[in-house]
Amino acid sequence: MTAKHITAMSLAVAALALGSGLVWAAGQYGPGASDTEIKIGQTMPYSGPASAYGTIGKAEAAYFAMINDKGGVNGRKINLISRDDGYSPPKTVEAVRKLVEEDQVLLTFNVLGTPPNTAVQGYLNDNKVPQLFVASGADKWNDPKKFPWTMGWQPSYRIEARIYGRYILKNFPNAKVAIVYQNDDFGKDYLAGLKEGLGDKAGKMLVATQSYETTDPTIDSQVVALQGSGADTLLVAAIPKFAAQAIRKVADLSWKPNFFMTNVSASVKSVMQPAGFDKSQGIITAGYLKDPNDPQWQNSAEYKDWLEWMKKYYSGGSLADVNNVYGYSAAETLVSVLKASGNNLTRDNIMKQAASIHDLKLPMALPGIVVSTSTTDFAPIKQMQLQKFEGQTWKLFGEVISGSGS
Amino acid sequence: MEKRHVIAPATGSPGGAGGAVFGSNSAQWISILALVVFAVALPFALSKYHVFELTMVMIYAIAVLGLNILTGYNGQISLGHGGFFAAGAYTAAILMHRYGVPYWATLPAAALICFVLGVLFGLPALRFEGPYLALVTLAMALATPQLLKYFDTWTGGQQGINLPKPVPPHWLEIDRDRWLYFVALMALLIAIRIAANILHGRTGRALIATRDQPIAAVAMGIPTARYKTIAFGTSTLFTGVAGALAAIVIGYVSPEGYSLFLSVSFLVGSAIGGIATIGGAIVGGLFIEFVPNLANDISDAAPWAIYGLAMLLFMYTMPRGAVGTVWPWIGKALMRMGPHKIE
Repeated sequence: MTAKHITAMSLAVAALALGSGLVWAAGQYGPGASDTEIKIGQTMPYSGPASAYGTIGKAEAAYFAMINDKGGVNGRKINLISRDDGYSPPKTVEAVRKLVEEDQVLLTFNVLGTPPNTAVQGYLNDNKVPQLFVASGADKWNDPKKFPWTMGWQPSYRIEARIYGRYILKNFPNAKVAIVYQNDDFGKDYLAGLKEGLGDKAGKMLVATQSYETTDPTIDSQVVALQGSGADTLLVAAIPKFAAQAIRKVADLSWKPNFFMTNVSASVKSVMQPAGFDKSQGIITAGYLKDPNDPQWQNSAEYKDWLEWMKKYYSGGSLADVNNVYGYSAAETLVSVLKASGNNLTRDNIMKQAASIHDLKLPMALPGIVVSTSTTDFAPIKQMQLQKFEGQTWKLFGEVISGSGS
Repeated sequence: MEKRHVIAPATGSPGGAGGAVFGSNSAQWISILALVVFAVALPFALSKYHVFELTMVMIYAIAVLGLNILTGYNGQISLGHGGFFAAGAYTAAILMHRYGVPYWATLPAAALICFVLGVLFGLPALRFEGPYLALVTLAMALATPQLLKYFDTWTGGQQGINLPKPVPPHWLEIDRDRWLYFVALMALLIAIRIAANILHGRTGRALIATRDQPIAAVAMGIPTARYKTIAFGTSTLFTGVAGALAAIVIGYVSPEGYSLFLSVSFLVGSAIGGIATIGGAIVGGLFIEFVPNLANDISDAAPWAIYGLAMLLFMYTMPRGAVGTVWPWIGKALMRMGPHKIE
């Protein structure tokens, strides 16, 4: 090897080193990310049977608009492309493929619904595109071994039901428990979680189960049957309309069970008020977000920030809709992951950062609830706070309970 | 009866609106050959995503073609074809997922099952005419998602079924999206050929006679009940195969994918393309696939208003559907140009 060769080679090596150094300085980018922009995508049911949830996507867009007004994340503006899938999985597949292949988004964020997410989970994992903070209460998004690119966000229904089971087991070990649940995956997750929470004693403690169909006119007969079983503890896993019916029926029967209500139907405005505040006293639920209708929060700085943001960036949204708290909080979680990713906006690093959130506090989450993840734990929120309905509001009691583990 | 003539004036004449597609003269065969060559070359000029979109267009076209046989040629209105689409989809999903049947083998199975279902459904439907039949089929469309949830040991309930991914033959060295495009293209060509054979022959004339002049048809000795049932079965066979293909391409089935809106989409696609035509099915497929997305791009706030507007515009400017309106005009132009007679 001549001196000339060596010189040439060392120059080449130096150039390479310099080149990679330059790349480092400018930031490392995956698709959709640049010095000025972070492009992300999602699908939302703006039309169709689940369109009530569409407000989540609008709230998230409004949250990112606020962040962008404040200068963006590390100087980059967030560009959210949010497409309507009408809650129809074939449409989700099409829209998500378009987001990934045509729009070239860095990641998908908070795609809404269990079936739509199930439809694209394989595709996103095959293509190594982060499927972050899935908007679904199903229990299957925390599976980092099989789906390392998929991560949930909210506590699953099953985790919530486990919390009720554990609470009952600890405080009322001789309780006779009854459950009425919606006869689908949502309801069945509560039945499964409750059994898990009660553990070995489930067989003895769970004395009666009843289910209803969403097409049933009422669930009165199920409630009557459960009372007849001699149960002294009741868990209602029903959507708001049926939950309000159950509250009324229990009161009309002068039945006084320890009454547990799914968080899905914990809205002061759409369940407790129509059922009657007098009939709702003493009901227990587990929550993780602040209900914007609940007067106890309305003087807090966090609520006032939220209110100001709603008025400025999402004036069309309802101040009574907890989904707007949900979107606000989910978007905030993503922003913290993007911030932590710094100038390394590759899909790999996004997933790495998403899997290393430590005790992140969200202003509109209940006090004590934190977001945390690890490489083996893809369930960001798994704590809930028990609360009892007193007067016209939910009173927090006891400690924050974790529903993880089995 | 008058209204039906407006929808499809080409009563029984093979050279009319639909008849011009896949007819017998050589000019047509050359143009068809050119089209096929174009269709084969097309996916290599497009991105995988656009290839996927075109695959869905062809699948919807097969479904609309099925509906055209029933509604266009036989005058029976169905708002329930989404249900048969779902039946085909779940046939493919269950066979592939539970029994490891290869994807291509699920297509004849879906065809058979949906034909039988269609005939069974067609029997009681014989008692209903026009709007009443529409209502019966509407009930079916509404019931489909709930039935799928009810039989959850088979259908996977709300969670649905993830289908294994079809693998293209390795000697072809082609990616999955392009391979599935060709599978759909083959299916569409076969479907068009079969539909043309049925509709331009004796059966087609009997179907049209039953639609336009049921009393005269009976008087001529056409067993109208039998033909109506055949029309139903053939129609649902096509739609069922389309459903199976869609499930294979999408890779996932769940009840939410088969709502009433799907059935309505088929009817809209059918009317937009030309309800008593074969070529119209392709225009219908294009409409179903692209117009909702276009509407969304134009206006986030009111995409369905745009969709409705597009529908009105189409129906106002082309009352017999795109192919029903445009084709006779092309036919006349061709006649003036060349020696080949179209009519």
